Formats: sequence, C-alpha cells, structure tokens
Amino acid sequence: MNATTTSAHRQLTGQWLVRGRWPGRLFLGLVLAVIVWKLVESLLAGPMVFVQQLINGVQLGMVYALIALGYTMVYGIVRLINFAHGDVFMVGAFVSYYAISGFRLHEWPSRVFPGMADGASIAIGTVTVMILSMIVCAVLAVVIERTAYKPLRDAPRISALITAIGVSFFLEYFGALDFVFTPSFITYERPFPVQTYYIQDGIHLLQAGQTRPAGSITFSNILVIIVIVSLILLFLLSTFVQRTKTGKAMRAVAFDKPTARLMGIDVSRTISVTFALGAALAGAGGMLYAIAFPSIVFWMGIIPGLKAFIAAVLGGIGSLPGAFLGALIMGQAETLAGAYISSPMRDAIAFTLLIIVLLYRPRGLFGEPEREKA
Amino acid sequence: MRARFNRSTVIFLLGCLVVFAVFQYLFSAGVLNAFWYTLIRIGAVMAIVSIGLNLIYGFNGQFSLGQWGFYAIGAYAAADITYRWTQLHDTSGLMVLLLGVAFSGAAILLLGKYLNRVRGLDAMSAFAIYLLFVVLAVLVGVWIARPLIAPTTAALTALPEAVSSQIVFFLAVILGGLVAAEVSFLFGLPILTLGSDYFGIATLGFTIIIKVLLDNTDTMFGLTEMKGARGMVGIPKDTTWFWVFFFLFVVVVVTRNILQSSTGRAIVSVREDETAAKAMGIDVGGMKTLTFVLGSLFAGLAGGLYAHINGFLHPSNFNFIRSFDPMIIIVLGGLGSITGTVIASFAWALVLEGFLRIVLPEGFETWRFVVYPLLLLVMMLLRPKGLLGTYEIPFLRSVMPPRRKRERQVDAQGLQGPTSERQSEGG
Repeated sequence: MNATTTSAHRQLTGQWLVRGRWPGRLFLGLVLAVIVWKLVESLLAGPMVFVQQLINGVQLGMVYALIALGYTMVYGIVRLINFAHGDVFMVGAFVSYYAISGFRLHEWPSRVFPGMADGASIAIGTVTVMILSMIVCAVLAVVIERTAYKPLRDAPRISALITAIGVSFFLEYFGALDFVFTPSFITYERPFPVQTYYIQDGIHLLQAGQTRPAGSITFSNILVIIVIVSLILLFLLSTFVQRTKTGKAMRAVAFDKPTARLMGIDVSRTISVTFALGAALAGAGGMLYAIAFPSIVFWMGIIPGLKAFIAAVLGGIGSLPGAFLGALIMGQAETLAGAYISSPMRDAIAFTLLIIVLLYRPRGLFGEPEREKA
Repeated sequence: MRARFNRSTVIFLLGCLVVFAVFQYLFSAGVLNAFWYTLIRIGAVMAIVSIGLNLIYGFNGQFSLGQWGFYAIGAYAAADITYRWTQLHDTSGLMVLLLGVAFSGAAILLLGKYLNRVRGLDAMSAFAIYLLFVVLAVLVGVWIARPLIAPTTAALTALPEAVSSQIVFFLAVILGGLVAAEVSFLFGLPILTLGSDYFGIATLGFTIIIKVLLDNTDTMFGLTEMKGARGMVGIPKDTTWFWVFFFLFVVVVVTRNILQSSTGRAIVSVREDETAAKAMGIDVGGMKTLTFVLGSLFAGLAGGLYAHINGFLHPSNFNFIRSFDPMIIIVLGGLGSITGTVIASFAWALVLEGFLRIVLPEGFETWRFVVYPLLLLVMMLLRPKGLLGTYEIPFLRSVMPPRRKRERQVDAQGLQGPTSERQSEGG
C-alpha cells in the first residue's frame, strides 16, 4: 500500500487501465469469441452432428440434475458439501443391479400376472426396481446423517467436511471389498431392450443390423426414459418442496435455522428428510446412469458426483431450478467441449467454465445474493 | 520483544540435529529397511505440503483444495529437469525453466510495483495483464536460454558426477517450487476474490485441470519424456533423508519466522475478521496472495522431493481425491499448529501405509481403506479440533497473547472464522 500516492500521481499511473475494466473483458471476450467461433463453425459444418451432440448432452445433463439436486438441498440446509453423495449414487446403481441380475425383480409383474402385456410388465418392474434403489439410498443417507454428521453439527464446519470425505472413502472402499461390490467393472443388465430411433422425415425405428442413414439424428429409448423419469422426479420434488408442510419446513430451516426452531419446526427431522430426498434422487440417477452407461464399478460415483456438484455451484448452490439448469449446462458443456474443442480436455474446459462463471457471478447463475443476518 | 536466539531456539536446533542424526544412523545401519525409509521420507514430504496448506487455510483462512495441483506442478517440473540431465545429458530443462522462472518472476515483481498503485483494478483485468507479461517474459527467457544450454552442459559435465547431479537436483527442486508459486500467483489473482467455499471449489477445479493436463503432456504439449497417462519413469532417485529433512527444516523455520513477524500477525488477522483487518489498514488481498503463493511454493518444493523418491510419477498420483489428504492432515494435526501438522503428517504416512499393512492379517490388505475412514470418523467425533489443537512447541509458539475463550468458541463455528459463522448460524 502506497499511502503517499496523490490523486494526480494516481491519474498518471494508470487510471486508464481501470476505466471500463477493459483488459479483463477483452481477455474474456477473446476466449469466448474463440469458443463461439468454434461452435458456430462446427454447427455450420454438420448441423445434424451438432444436434446429435446436443441430444447426448441432454441425456447426461438430466442424470447430473438428479444428483445435483441432492447436493444443492443438503448444502442449502446444513452448508455441508456432502462428498458422500456421489457414493450414494453408486450404491443406487448397485442396488438396482442386484435387484435386476440377482433377484430378477423387474420381471415380477409377468411372473405374478402371466397374462400381462409385455410393455406394461417391463415398465412396472423397472419402476419397482427404481423405487427400491431410491428407498435403499434414502435409508442409507439417513443412517449416514444420523451417525456421522449429526454429532458434528456444532463442531467446526471443516470437521463435518472431513467426515463427509471419510464417509465417501468408506462407502467406496467398503464397496470395493470382494464380498460387497468387488473391485472390478461389472456389466449392467438393462431391464428393457435398447431400441434406437432415427429422425429423417419422421421418426423411424432402427432395425437390428441396420446402419443408421447418413445425415440422420439417432436417439434411443434410454434417452426418452431418462428425460421422462427425470422430469417426473423433478416435478414431484418441486411440488413437495413448494406445497407440503415438510417442504415448507425445509425452506424455513434453510433460510434461518434458529428462527425455524423457535417456530416449532423439528430441525433435526427436517434435515434428515432433506438428506433422504436428495439420496432418493441420487439413487434413481444411479440406476438411470447405469442403464445409459452399462458398466458399473465401486468408484463410478466420484466423477458424476463431482460434475453434479459443480453443476449445482454453477446454477447457484441452494437453488433447485439453478441446480437443474446448471446440470443441463454442464451436460451440454461437457459433450460439446468433448466433441468440438478437445476430447481429453473436456473436464478441464468444464471447470474453466465454472471458474469464469464464479468470477462474474460469485453466487452462481441463479444464486441469491448473500443475505445479511444479525 | 523476544530475543531472536534464546533457550527454545537452542533446544529446537539441538532437537532437530538429534532427530536427523538418529534417523540417519537407523537408515545407514539398516535397522529400518527401505520400506520404512520410503515411508519416513513420504511423511516428511507430506509435512511440507501440509505446512503450506496450514499457512493458507489454518493461518489465513482460505479454504484451498488446490494444494495437490501445485504439488503436481512442482513434481513434474523438477522431474523434467533431472530427467533431461541424467537421461539425455543436457541442461535444456534446467536452463529453460531457470530463465523462464527468473524472467517471469521479474516481470511479476516489476508489474506488481506498477499495478499496486492502480486502485480499483478488477481481478480479471489484473489477471489478463499479468498473464500477457508472464507469457512474454517466458518467451524472452526461453529465447535467451537456448544459446546458454550448451555451455552450461559443458560446465556441469566438467564437475564430478556426484556433485553435478546434486546441484541439478537441488536447483530442480527449488525451480519446481518457484514454478508452482508463479502459477499460484497467476491463478490466485482472480480466484482469491471468491468467498470461502467457492474458493475451495475453484481450487478443486484447478487440481482437476492440472491432472487432465498431466494426462496429456505427451500428446498435446509435446513433452514426450513425461509420457502422459502412461507415467513418467527414469527420474533419478536423489531424494535422501538429508534433503527431505533439510527442506522440512527450512520450511518450518521460514513459516515460524513469517508468522512471528508483523506480516504473520497481518495474515492471522485476515483469518479472524477481514473487515476489521481492512479497517486496521491491512492489505487483505495482498496477504491472501502472499500466503497462497508461499503455501504453493512449499507444495512445489515437496512435489520436487516426492518425484525423486520413487523415480516414478503418474498422473493418478495427482488425482483430486488425493487433494483431500493434506486437508485431512492439517485438520487432524490441528488448524494453525505447525507442530501438529508435522506430527500428523508422519502419523498419516506411517499409519496408512505402514502400520495398517502390518496390523491387518494376510489377505485383508484391501481393508486398509475401510479402516482408515473409520479411524478418521472416530477422530473427528472424539477430537474435532485435531490431535493437538493449537499447541505448539516453544520455539514455534507465537508471541501473540492467547485468545480469550469466547472468541475461540466463535471461531470454532465457521470455515473461515467469525465472518462465515454468521452465515452458518445455529446447530
């Protein structure tokens, strides 16, 4: 700090730099221009391929959204980056795997009611498996919350964070034991057959052995299922948070915990419910992710969990629509960067995007400005 | 005012000498085998990284998860220098990095003198200006270094093999640290303006970006000797007990001296309350940058030492999951305690790699990482303030009066001291 700087002196030494903040904007503008130019160029070069990438991005983004909501709810209510959330997602995938491959749970309607139509039986069976893995994940999250996080609620926040990392390690490496999930990749058996469609003068089913016509856009029933299931779950969640009493209690606790307690809200129970809801969504996300990328392993939750967390931060942590939109942006950024900028660098690009967004909107895209509390 | 050289200093120096001599004897006499030798050296390296992080988080209150990225930068930079010297017999790595670091460092310092006077310069603009000049300085440095490579190689070859390799190794470790420090300066410019959790997330992103870059060193940057995702081999194993001890000693003493100076009090005041510190005329941004750069310098030094322990580097060693390790260590050792950090680092290395391997029966190797998080949980539940809390041995103890009880309770609430406590109110 140069205390003796006079105002005249200051004018000589570069006020022109400050005016308009142009160096930073110029720099960012250049970076953005290069990216936009690349994207526009590839859009013009192959519009169909570009749309194909967008569709792939939606599929990824929806799964991220299911995980990101858990992160954002838990952070909003206890200000804890719940690193174990990604591993709850992994547990969801494994539970559905065992339910499908081990117990054939997805076939129960056709076993119990042999005359049932094929489509209906598969749909009901799959939904049953999904509900099972959601319930298991919710119970797991509540157990984690009660045993590991609750005793530390009054401890420094860093202790809770370290505990979350510890729980995450525990779930991963306990899962890696030979009699649990084994340390190797497992092929996931989809509860329904994959059907691929292509769009060219209308939507057609791609027959087995048929190559896709040039210049068409393909998508599979997996994409449709992921989008529909995610939207239903998101709708249910937002209804729950906005319309029910427990949802109101959640919002109140996130807003101001001591006052919520004074108003007679059971804070401890509300926090548990939040953990359970987030974990249930993560469990469903785990199953959908495994259906889309049918190879599961004990560490599969780390990277999607991290990406979803970044998406939650991008959208403004604590905000549900923010997490959803952040996840969609993250999915698009990842697929587009992987396809058009540099495939090995796509994670780096996603994080650079996050850092730039944080610099200009420190609370994320939809985050509320920090409230002043007495 | 405390005397510079008093009883506690003598005790500390004698203690260091004794520890060094005892372990040196144990290693050379073969009482502790190569396995334990590696573990002790890794413990010391972790101690250096963690002291750097403790400076950033424990003393300055910046929640950083980027320490592992700077560690990776230091490791790869140092390894590249020694690799080129031992395997290719040229000093191109050394000279290019030396002059590049020197010129860009000079550019940063000169530019800093000018830009410090500019009020209201936003972080992104400062970053853009610094980045431009650093890139120019590095290019100039490389351009000057090129003709100097042959003469230096000749001069170093003239020296005996043992001497020249030690010189190159020493310079490599120092340069690794400096590269990490300069990168941290550039990266810290925009990032340090973020709030505590967001700073942590951005630094975590940095660690991931560095890991991705390391995966692609050969294909995208043409640094074929780093071999990208296949892992770098053929690094000389120069890190001896003497070197790790020497660097640990220097780092501890430097940290202690900084913390006991007026700069150190300014650093701690930023952690306690940024607004009050600013009101007292403390350059909050400058202090944050200083600690961040210093902590990253230590991480870079430790990385250079680590690279020469096994002679093998792989990008997966620098996975972001590992960036929690130094954080775990400083929390276990006690935030704001150098003694605790050093002890916890050695304990971490010995327990995780050594002790658990021995205690667990045959065939239960994989249970190591099941027991480790459980230990962590139990530790956190029993001693949420770390093993030693804020205890320090007399030599390292700060001259500041102990804080009052009420303040300490307030501090226990937030990630970043009293300011963030208000946001995370309640239980």
